[in-house]
Amino acid sequence: MTYEVVIGLETHAELATITKLFCGCSTKFGVEPNTQVCPVCLAMPGVLPVMNKKAFEYALKAAIALNCKIDEFTNFDRKSYYYPDLPKNYQISQNYHNMGIDGYMDISVNGTISRIRIHNVHLEEEAGKLIHPEEVGADYSLVDFNRAGVPLLEIVSYPDMRRVDEVESYMQTLRKILLYTEVSDCKMQEGSLRFEASISLRKKGVDRLGNRVEIKNLNSMKSVLKAIEYETMRQRDVLDRGETVDRETRLWDEVNEKSARMRSKEESQDYRYFPEPDLLPVLIDEKWLRAIKDTIPELPLIRRQRFIETFALSDYDASLLIDEKILADFFEECVKILNRPKSFCNWITNDLLREVKDRKLDIYHLKIKPKQLAALVEIIEKGTISSTIAKEVFSEMIQTGKDPKTVVEEKKLVQISDEGLIEEIIIKIISSNPDAIEDYKKGKKNALTFLVGQVMKETKGKANPKIVNEMLMKKVGV
Amino acid sequence: MKIDKDQVENIAKLSRIRLTELEREMFVHQLNNILFYIEKLNKLDTENVAPMAYTSDVSNVFREDKLKPSIPLQDVLINAPATKSGFFKVPKVIE
Amino acid sequence: MSLRLFECTAHQIKAKILSKEIRASDFIKIVFDRIKSLEPNIQAFITINEDEAIKKAIEIDKKIESNENVGLLAGLPVAVKDNICTKNLYTTCASKILETFIPPYDAFVVKRLREEDAIIVGKTNLDEFAMGSSTENSGLKITRNPWNLECVPGGSSGGSAAAVAADLSILALGSETGGSVRQPAALCGVVGIKPTYGRVSRYGLVAFGSSLDQVGTVSKDVRDAALLLRVIAGYDLHDSTSANVPVPDYLDRIDSGVDGLRIGIPKEYFTDAFNADVYKALKDALKIYERLGAQVVDISLPHTEYAVAVYYIVANAEASSNLARYDGVRYGYRTSKPNGIIDMYCRTRSEGFGNEVKRRIMLGNYVLSSGYYDAYYLKASKVRNLIKIDFDVAFEKVDCIICPTSPVPAFKIGERANNPLEMYLSDIYTIPANLAGIPGISIPCGFSKEGLPIGMQILGKHFEEKKLLQIAYAFERETDFHVKKPVLKISSM
Repeated sequence: MTYEVVIGLETHAELATITKLFCGCSTKFGVEPNTQVCPVCLAMPGVLPVMNKKAFEYALKAAIALNCKIDEFTNFDRKSYYYPDLPKNYQISQNYHNMGIDGYMDISVNGTISRIRIHNVHLEEEAGKLIHPEEVGADYSLVDFNRAGVPLLEIVSYPDMRRVDEVESYMQTLRKILLYTEVSDCKMQEGSLRFEASISLRKKGVDRLGNRVEIKNLNSMKSVLKAIEYETMRQRDVLDRGETVDRETRLWDEVNEKSARMRSKEESQDYRYFPEPDLLPVLIDEKWLRAIKDTIPELPLIRRQRFIETFALSDYDASLLIDEKILADFFEECVKILNRPKSFCNWITNDLLREVKDRKLDIYHLKIKPKQLAALVEIIEKGTISSTIAKEVFSEMIQTGKDPKTVVEEKKLVQISDEGLIEEIIIKIISSNPDAIEDYKKGKKNALTFLVGQVMKETKGKANPKIVNEMLMKKVGV
Repeated sequence: MKIDKDQVENIAKLSRIRLTELEREMFVHQLNNILFYIEKLNKLDTENVAPMAYTSDVSNVFREDKLKPSIPLQDVLINAPATKSGFFKVPKVIE
Repeated sequence: MSLRLFECTAHQIKAKILSKEIRASDFIKIVFDRIKSLEPNIQAFITINEDEAIKKAIEIDKKIESNENVGLLAGLPVAVKDNICTKNLYTTCASKILETFIPPYDAFVVKRLREEDAIIVGKTNLDEFAMGSSTENSGLKITRNPWNLECVPGGSSGGSAAAVAADLSILALGSETGGSVRQPAALCGVVGIKPTYGRVSRYGLVAFGSSLDQVGTVSKDVRDAALLLRVIAGYDLHDSTSANVPVPDYLDRIDSGVDGLRIGIPKEYFTDAFNADVYKALKDALKIYERLGAQVVDISLPHTEYAVAVYYIVANAEASSNLARYDGVRYGYRTSKPNGIIDMYCRTRSEGFGNEVKRRIMLGNYVLSSGYYDAYYLKASKVRNLIKIDFDVAFEKVDCIICPTSPVPAFKIGERANNPLEMYLSDIYTIPANLAGIPGISIPCGFSKEGLPIGMQILGKHFEEKKLLQIAYAFERETDFHVKKPVLKISSM
């Protein structure tokens, strides 16, 4: 039997504020347990929440970037459930008036654009962290409330995805949008970006959705994809046996690459939402909305298209560049100074990314500046240095932040174009390599390459390779 | 609307309160009395009335994203029934 | 006959302290002597703060001796209801679940008291988590009415009202959700203010019904109430619902009188439902106001009969979630040897909360639960709006509304304990003000045949506490109900 897989995603992203949603405690990651807490985020008796304006505006910005409808009125609700990492045993969230509804996000799969609808975008608070000690026989868990109250954005998609590659593109695109709008650092390893998937299967051609299964505990994009594949198979087996899929929530087990039931629909929680009386509503007027809109940069997919059209870059190159906003910005700065898009694209996607990877550099704090890369390309074109030498210069620049000219001068890397000088060296090389000359005359073309290499070695790479080539050919008599 | 013992038991579960059989009977009786009294609201037509969820008519109250000191770990844990190495300690939580 | 010192008002004591007639440290010792002699009978306090109070009094004496500036409440003893957080001082909410809780922070109002050099004498008893109208629901002790030890002091701020009535403190803070300051003030013959919602920060007041809660004052007379309100009122960045409205000097022109004012009498409040003595006291009071030049106008608050129903849905819905945090994880009571986390929650809460609290948590969870939200919570929120509109309409015609605070004077301890609904209905006159968020003041206006105090409340428009105090003071000046004292026998400790 062939089935259609119907997939929706719920995404949680911690917002990039320096303080929590309702108190002034730091949101810094990885500090000692319970050292970034106060009476408010510990839910001591008598405390009250006060909304962090930046967090609200970040959520609003994300909702706008995801093309949501923004109602003039929004407010917060209490979502009640008991869990030891939830200090108040209710989470301040949004239910009756979400920040944004009915949005969409365009994704690209193998060059085809499709539109995934967004059900809602809302702001809520993060829970703390539960630690389950691994010691044998431990009958306790430990709670750290440092994360409790960190602002959290929830983005709920419609079940508009049908294939794993769409899901992958959705996650990547969403991550890029959150990074481009600078509302979240999206560090999955720190849990600041998380996904939950809901999957159902239906026979091809059937309208009605099958019973939906939600999957939690997906710690990486890879887990999301694996869990969806696993769940698709599992549901297909159930349906093929003529049974029905239970509506339930399952937990993904990353180690064994399978999922297990967490709770059934019957056990589903009754969250008892009602308006949070401790926080007053927020009214969003046109002026505010426009001001937030103005802070949203060109989003990745649009930028990619522009790069392809304006700079004649390939789809592949453009995608690489827009992958990190900071790189695309770097690229555009360079092009503004010197109109050599292809050249800058190569430098950035090859050399710069390789150096970043090899030297474990932070792309957000690069020492090299766009005008320095532009200056480098300029002196290559002028013939001041060869492109081989340029790689060495670039490597120095990215490590020290020095101007290319300074590096060239300090290391005496100026290209030798003096034909007299080059001729002297060529004569010397020819005389000391008679075998190579013989080989060449017998028709072995790569003997010439060997001789060029020898000249370059003698000049420590500084000889102008074009001149060396021409003069050598003349000398060996072609 | 009248509630029975099973419903009271369900509400007790939602409330994380455990009732003895005697208490359950008492609460069925008392809650039904109160719910019966509350029924009087149904006499009113509120079709076109807006709900009043807030007592104040102010909106847009915010704080700036400015750091404030957290409290010392000692103050964090001083009231806790059980702790271990800076954490709050609870019975094992199984997902 | 001259007053004994502990019988003085805040104004009288303040004058004596500032003029160096008496030292704050000497006076506070007199207060603690009084507490020691009467507390065994009254049981107003859960925690007595003697050591810190004496230390603070000595500090104030030093300031006065060296002619430094002192605060508005310099050297004045204030008792604080035990659901208001005090740093490093037990705050129990009269509940077993918080019996050992020591807040690491001060409530906004407590911070204000300290800034104005008040002396916190102790924490007063209340119905557990302020849920009740008699203080019988305290999980820790039963407070008695100083006017008759067999009677309740009212509630939930029964400890604060009894403490002031018995001269165990000069001033006190209480809290209101549905009348918990005004009603015990009436039953104990003292003055109680419930300010406009948002007038006083709720930061540090342990939440019961967040959209209704407000800290209030308990005092021996109207001028003391004005003084204490001025100190605790004001904008607080820690409470989003706190109002950014300037705080006037409530004492300034407090003697403006009532000439030409229109006083509204809601016909729905003056039914045969209440006690004949209360009825007569109110009628007499209105006559006094008319004599003073006020005009008494009949008004209607047509949705009054729904107030209690609305209140028990809204307040308890909010309470059910506000009290979810008492789970034995971070503070407070935890059951012994729990068998897993759910068992810990359930046993901790079953053992830690009393029946009234459990009943309200369950009711609140029921009205919010899936399938019932619209029928109960949403419906109640709509009717609440109608109740508020009733007041808006009324205040277009009148300057204030006068009615009884409680339909009956203090009742006997245990008399109503077994019928929660009947107990709820005794709050019928106070609840509407909390639902609408308007201010109210209760002042003594007579005594029953049995010699129990009767209270009258004056309700006003949002943020018109100053006008209410003027109206209350006009009556107080003409009468002596507020200076009458209960006869109390000193027991030996």
